[in-house]
This record gives sequence, C-alpha cells and structure tokens, in this order.
Amino acid sequence: MSSMNRREFLQMLAAASVAGAALDARPLLAAGNADVLYDLPKFGNVHFMHFTDCHAQLLPIWFREPSVNLGIGTALGKAPHLVGEHLLKAFNIKPGTREAHAFTYLDFTQAAKTYGKVGGFAHLTTLAKRLRAGRPGALLLDGGDTWQGSATALWSKGQDMVDAGKLLGVDMMSAHWEFTLGDKRVQEIVEKDLKGKIEFLAQNIKTTDFGDPVFPPYAMREMNGVQIAVIGQAFPYTPIANPRYMMADWTFGIQDENMQKMVDEVRAKGAKVVVVLSHNGMDVDLKMAARVTGIDAILGGHTHDGVPRPITVKNAGGQTLVTNAGSNGKFLAVLDFDVSGGKVQDFRYKLLPIFSNLLPADAEMASYIDKVRAPHKARLEEKLAVTEGLLYRRGNFNGSWDQLILDAIMEVKGADIGFSPGFRWGTTLLPGSAITFEHLMDQTAITYPQSTLNEMKGERVKEILEDIADNLYNPDPYYQQGGDMVRVGGMSYTCDPNAAAGRRISDMRLHDKPMAADKTYKVAGWAPVDPSATGEPVWDVVSRWLKDKKTVSPRKVNVPKLIGMKGNPGIA
Amino acid sequence: MNTTRRAVLKSATASGMLAGLIAAGALRPTQVLAAEWNKAAFEAKDTAGALKGIGAGAPADSKDLILKAPDIAENGAVVPVDVVSNIPNTSSITILVEKNPSPLSASFDFANGALPEVSARLKMGQTSLIKAVAKADGKFYTAQKEVKVTVGGCGG
Repeated sequence: MSSMNRREFLQMLAAASVAGAALDARPLLAAGNADVLYDLPKFGNVHFMHFTDCHAQLLPIWFREPSVNLGIGTALGKAPHLVGEHLLKAFNIKPGTREAHAFTYLDFTQAAKTYGKVGGFAHLTTLAKRLRAGRPGALLLDGGDTWQGSATALWSKGQDMVDAGKLLGVDMMSAHWEFTLGDKRVQEIVEKDLKGKIEFLAQNIKTTDFGDPVFPPYAMREMNGVQIAVIGQAFPYTPIANPRYMMADWTFGIQDENMQKMVDEVRAKGAKVVVVLSHNGMDVDLKMAARVTGIDAILGGHTHDGVPRPITVKNAGGQTLVTNAGSNGKFLAVLDFDVSGGKVQDFRYKLLPIFSNLLPADAEMASYIDKVRAPHKARLEEKLAVTEGLLYRRGNFNGSWDQLILDAIMEVKGADIGFSPGFRWGTTLLPGSAITFEHLMDQTAITYPQSTLNEMKGERVKEILEDIADNLYNPDPYYQQGGDMVRVGGMSYTCDPNAAAGRRISDMRLHDKPMAADKTYKVAGWAPVDPSATGEPVWDVVSRWLKDKKTVSPRKVNVPKLIGMKGNPGIA
Repeated sequence: MNTTRRAVLKSATASGMLAGLIAAGALRPTQVLAAEWNKAAFEAKDTAGALKGIGAGAPADSKDLILKAPDIAENGAVVPVDVVSNIPNTSSITILVEKNPSPLSASFDFANGALPEVSARLKMGQTSLIKAVAKADGKFYTAQKEVKVTVGGCGG
C-alpha cells in the first residue's frame, strides 16, 4: 500500500468509526436495550452484589468522572490512575458509547444529555431485584459512605438512608462518613435499626482504652451449600480525615495483621470463599492484597474509582481480586464465584452502570423516597441561581463546583486565599441548570459545616499544602488518606507530586507576587476538624452569594502548575 | 458491646487508675524509677546523643525486634507504640522518636528473664522515625518505623 493510499484508508476508517459511534447511540436509547446491558447470565454458585460510596443520593443524578487522577511511583499508569481515553484503552471500552460515558469524563455534557441521569435508589432496587432473582442466595454488600452526602441524610441524622438500605435489602455494610454522625448515633442505629437485618462489620475499629473490638469483624453464611465469610474494613483514617472528637473512644488504622488473623479464623471455621468489604481506598487495597493471604476478593470503595474489571494481585498464598465500584449510586457490581472441591475455581465480575432511564423505578422504593422528601420539598427545591457552566467536583486538584464555593467564601469573607476540602463526593450539574438548595447541599452536607476566616503566615499555608499533598502522593499507599488535594482559591502554586514530603509545593503567588513565609494572609475555609471552630454553615454563605449573583458564569478553575506529570495517563 | 466493661473499669479504685496511668506513660519515668534515671540519655537533643547515653553506638538492625506503631497517628499527643524482643537474653528496650526535641522517650529494664514486651503512648510533634533499641548479652539491636503526624481534614 502506498503512503497516500494508506492515509486515505485510515481517514476512511476514522470516518467510519465516528459514524459508528453516532449510530451506536440510537439503538441504545431504546428501552429494550436495557436487556442487553443488564441481562447478566448467572455464573457459578456464590454471588455478591456490591455498591459503595452512594453518599445518600436517593434520586438519579449526574456524576462526572475525573480528568485528573494521577498515579505516581508504582501506581503510575495503572488502574485506578487512568483517565479518559487511557482508561477506555486499558479496559477495551469503545469510545463514544454508553459505557465510555459511564466510566470517563469524555464529552461529558453532550453524553449526559444523550444518556440521561445515573443512579437513584428506586432504579438500583429494580436492578438488584432482577439480579437476585437469577442468583438465589446472593448477598448485597454496601461499602459505606451511605448515611452522608445529602440534605435529607443530614437533617434526619442518617435515618432516611438507614431505612432505604433496609428496604433495598442490604445484607452487610462497612463505613466511613457514617461516623461523622457521632459514635453514639452510629451505635444507636446499629443496635436499634440494623439488628437482625444489616450486619455492620469492621475488623479495624477498637476501643482506645483496652483495644476491644467495637463491631463484629466478620459475618459467615452458607450460600448454596458453600460456607462464605465477609470481613468488614472501615476507613482506616477516619479520626484523621474527619473530626476525631466525633469518635474519640475508638481507634482505627489498617490493621493488616489482625486482618490476616480474621482470614485465618474464618478459613479455620470452614469458609471456602473469603471476601473483604473494604473502605480502604483502592491503592491501600492493592497493597493489602499483596500482604494478606487467603482473601478471594476485596470489594473496595472510598476512592470513588469506577474500575470496570478487577485487578488480580499475586501474594504468598495465591491471588486476590481487587475491585472499586465508583460512587454516588452510579454503579452496582456483581461478583460470581464458581466454587467446587472446597475452593474457588473461577469467577465473573461486572460493574454495571445504573442508567435510570433504562431501569424502571421500583414502586415501593420510589414511594418511600417521595415520603422522605415531602416535608422538605420546598426547601430542597428552592432555586438559588442558574449556572452557565458545567459544575462538577471530582479531580485531584480542583473542580468547578469547588471553585464556585471558593469564590463565594472568599468574596463574602473578604479573604486573600480560600481553602475547600478535597472531598470526592458531590454531584454534577449541566450548563444552564438551576442550582437548587439541594444541589448545594450535595456538595456541603456534613456535620461540621462551619465556614472560617483565619489569619495564617505564608509558612503555615505551605505547611498545610505540603501535608495534604503527602496524603495524596506519598509513594506508600499506607500513608495516603484517599481524598483529593485541598482546593485553593486566590493564590497560585506549583506542585511536583514525585518530590519528597515537604518539597512538593513551590512558587506560591498571590496576585502574581511571590508569597512570603512570614507575611500574614487572610484565609477563608470550611469543614474544620478542630472542635472549637465556630462560623456560619458554609451552605448559608454560598446560598446568599448565589442568590445575589442570580446567574453564575463559568468558573475559572484554579489548578497548580504541575512538574513531572507529562505523559502521565492519570491526567487528560 | 463493651460499654459495660468500660463503665465498670472507669469506676475502678484510685490505685487501679494509677497503675493504668503508669502503663499509659502519663507519668514520667523519673517518678517511677527515680534511682535509675539516665539524665544524659534522656536529655540528649539528638538520636546519636541519646544512643551514646545508653551505651549503644551503632546498633545492628534486627528482625527479631518487633516495633508496632500506626502508619499515620490518629493523635500526635498519644501515639501507641508496642515493642517485643525475640532476641534471647534481652535486658532492656529503649524507644526513641528521632524528631522530638528530646528523642529518648522511654527505657525499660528487664530483670531475671522478664518477658521483653512493652507498650507506651508517646507524644510526637511531627512526622518522624520511631526507633526501638534492645540490649542483649551486651550487644545492641534496633528496628524502626516512620509514623506520620498530619494536620488532618480533607479526606474522602
């Protein structure tokens, strides 16, 4: 083939694939296509369904996956640190398809309009029921971060989600943000509401005084004649990432020695399948899978990574599958094991995106959700402003929703600099949408919502940025916390994720002038972990600002200049 | 649930509480073992000085000395550290926090074959290596682990 002909041939191929993508969307829009997506033939004899980090999103929402999720050190170029085309290529997903939209940020606004909203408990219930019908005995596991993330969850102290979980038929759960309701409230729910219905599992929570376990570490069941065990792993750094005073009598940590002990214990009791329901975050899970032996699968969450297929980790005892099932109610994972001769022979895994217009709402769940919302409807639906740009949160350094919050608190409080925490939850709004009070609460509904204004020396600002950068980019996952970098408004900086702790942040500037270590700056922020902090709830500050603006222009998202990240497939 | 057990223990006698405080390291070793207070070692401002103070120049790394500490401290004011020595004839265990103003944090002597296993709660101002040093048959052995102390917040 001559070079001319070859080029023509490739152009023709490209044109065909574009046409193919366009054609693809049409048949998928038909409701009948749901069967193609959700008709998952049963495999083997042991079945788990898993969702995680739904962050109290009862209704269908939009959620844009990140365009920045950098992997450094041994995590470079590997799942979950792949974004956009890199992720599609690694998992062999065709660009321009419904699946590509579910797993990436690519062409987000257009694709979101084409395929509609995702998640919603009524739609999740329909899918779970359908899968259960074909998989007798299947267990539904909830990885946690279920009782926090919405206005109604906050106002009902988690009750709306506790009852939704029961109605959905959750069998077992672990936790993280649940603990920000306070240790007393969590124990009250576990003892009164969950008893005999949902097992609340955590092998890594002990009392600070005597080291006694607070919750059962695992649960065992017989499923289709096979003994199985599920071990719970709560978020190991809850008292560090969230206010410690809220769970002061409990100590957490990864505790992989105790994990090994628990695995050995359930194996000795006859478990042929051992699954860990984990809120470690995927990088920590990958390391734990290499160190602890005898686990068949770690069903993971916390880092909100929608990973289409499990990662197989080899260890001294064989191998362990590690998964991560995304966030905000967007996905339901199905893991089937074929167990015979006393051990796992084979498996199948599928992470199913919940497209709410392909799955009819379950009537009972839909009416429950209506009932929960009814008393608050007017407040939830109050229109604060209209956004001209796309509003999203997820990404290592910033998102347009966080930029909006930064712009608001800095302006209202007259600050030079703004800090907004690197949370990974929070839904997405399409350009031209009304911003309701409910949408604002999707970004801010926490039990420590105080907005603050502090005076800080330049030196202290750097210290904070360095500390949080190390929580994200320490090469050893056991020293990471799994959130994103604090969002920074007003000032610019340079970040070198590969550098050593304390040396990643440089060239800090305010209005283009270098900042000084001993100069004092006014810093606005919210979500203080210090029990003595006071201030107006951040949603009141931002809500006032939005009502005043009426129309919010597209935000200029402030991100640092990066060093050494060229070619990293974790950035678009 | 252990509420009952904790409640019972909380109402324990004053002497019981005192034993607990010593175990938790809330009382300084001076008050417990005043006679054997190694002033030079405890007041040394760096690790080298503290090691010299206890007579250990350059201790050898040992896998038989097991140091347990969290990867990230939940509270820098009370970091739980456990040290077990499986080295025969261990006669002392010393714990140092490299970046503390006075690195030597605790030192324990074991007489007449006492089991060389200790737990302490240490105060740490910043991310630092923690070192355990064991003495056995006149030789010194060491193990270490980094414990991160962070500002917190921003997770999840």
